[in-house]
Amino acid sequence: MTSRDHLRRMLFIWLVSAVVLTPLVVFVFAPIVPPGQGTVQSSGQVLDNTMLFGLSAPVALFVLVYFGYALIAFRERDLSSTLEGAPIRGHAGIQTTWVAITTVIVLFLAVYASYRMLADGVGAGQGPNPIAAPSNPASGPPLQIQVIGQQWAFTYRFPGYGGVETPHLELPANRLIEFHVTSVDVIHSFWAYQLGVKADANPGVDNIAYVETRKPLSFDIHCVELCGVWHGYMYDTGKVVSGSDFASWIAAQQRTFAPATKLLDPYSKTYFPDPQRRGG
Amino acid sequence: MGSLTKRIIGVLAGVVLFGVLVGLYVGLYLTSQPGSATAQTASGGVANLYFGTVAASETSDAHPTWVSYYATDAHDGNWRHVTTYIVPAHSLVHVTVFQFDGQSGLRNPFIGQATGTVGNIFMLDGKPTQTIGPDTASHVFAIPELGVSVPLEGIADDAKNPCANAPCPLSTDHHTISFTFRTGARGVYRWQCFVPCAAGFIQGFGGPMQTVGYMGGFIKVV
Repeated sequence: MTSRDHLRRMLFIWLVSAVVLTPLVVFVFAPIVPPGQGTVQSSGQVLDNTMLFGLSAPVALFVLVYFGYALIAFRERDLSSTLEGAPIRGHAGIQTTWVAITTVIVLFLAVYASYRMLADGVGAGQGPNPIAAPSNPASGPPLQIQVIGQQWAFTYRFPGYGGVETPHLELPANRLIEFHVTSVDVIHSFWAYQLGVKADANPGVDNIAYVETRKPLSFDIHCVELCGVWHGYMYDTGKVVSGSDFASWIAAQQRTFAPATKLLDPYSKTYFPDPQRRGG
Repeated sequence: MGSLTKRIIGVLAGVVLFGVLVGLYVGLYLTSQPGSATAQTASGGVANLYFGTVAASETSDAHPTWVSYYATDAHDGNWRHVTTYIVPAHSLVHVTVFQFDGQSGLRNPFIGQATGTVGNIFMLDGKPTQTIGPDTASHVFAIPELGVSVPLEGIADDAKNPCANAPCPLSTDHHTISFTFRTGARGVYRWQCFVPCAAGFIQGFGGPMQTVGYMGGFIKVV
């Protein structure tokens, strides 16, 4: 069998396996990979994952098929033989094709990712001057929520509700949320993966991230920046609730934390308190 | 006995000794547990915990300049340097803190309000209190998973008779802070201080704030 025959046979095996397995990966596996369909941004991340899986599956299959084919077809059948394998020589056609295909894939992904980033920010922290705010959300102007990291808990401040601060987080369903993530001590990172949101909490920085909620759900909140001895305990569970339930909840928070609200500094995009006494 | 035999015996003895030492090290590591204090249950089923908070640990401590919590008895005696506290499940736990340390200040004033206690208040020197000034906080006793957070007022900067190192007698300047919280299901919960109170470390975040056994530990609900 000539090397061209081997190539044809190997390409045929790859083509068949790609035609069978790629749809399985795209339509069965990718949709169940987190973060799920909880928000517009998390759905977008599922779409992005699906796109990546769809593109990478044929490439991965090509490598695996080539590897498996080479192991079987080019194995040494005569175990007593001491002959070396055939010398490997370059092939301009194969090399050019490979570089061209990978270039096309990488450039396509760069354009796709840029488009997706600019469309709604994909739930990532964008710094104090975001350029990828969701445009024309159906729910109207965003609900601003400040996420404050400290060793070792997140608290949440609602400038639209008298500046009340809460130890837990609830969000209204079907609403655009504008998170302002900051820290009052070291670097933390706010990650609510079912929401599709992840933004670093840096002291003195207002890191803005957007999310558009859908139906009520529970979501996990974790700090994902190693921030000290109790970093592993810096987690909580938040909720997306109906608009009326959110109204009741935030009113209760305003009553419960009215004394603390009087202690708070005026609402600001960042807080960078000077170290006091022994803290200095 | 030939020299070769002596060498073999020497090597074997060395290997056995090394193995015993490794076994001892691993065994001690696996079986050692930090000390703990068990809440004293009084009539009515309420469990009582008593703490002392000090600016500096005992002079014999590995870190005698580090701020720390201690377990004490009801009369400020029997000081023990433990920060694992054992309390009963589904019970009321009454905590009394003899607070001898000065004021450090909160970085987030929100934590100046007590939460998660019965009535959402605490007693500060016998006076029902809900908040303290953020600048006057010395420490916080917080069990975030149980929603408990109580700010502890520091003694004034111009205190006449401050305590230097643990154990601190009640004759030195202090505040007595008490509160009650309800436990839930069995489990191990972390507790911590929210005041960056580690003197000598950048912005007060290092040392005792980053070492279990000083300004943080565990609540074992059993």
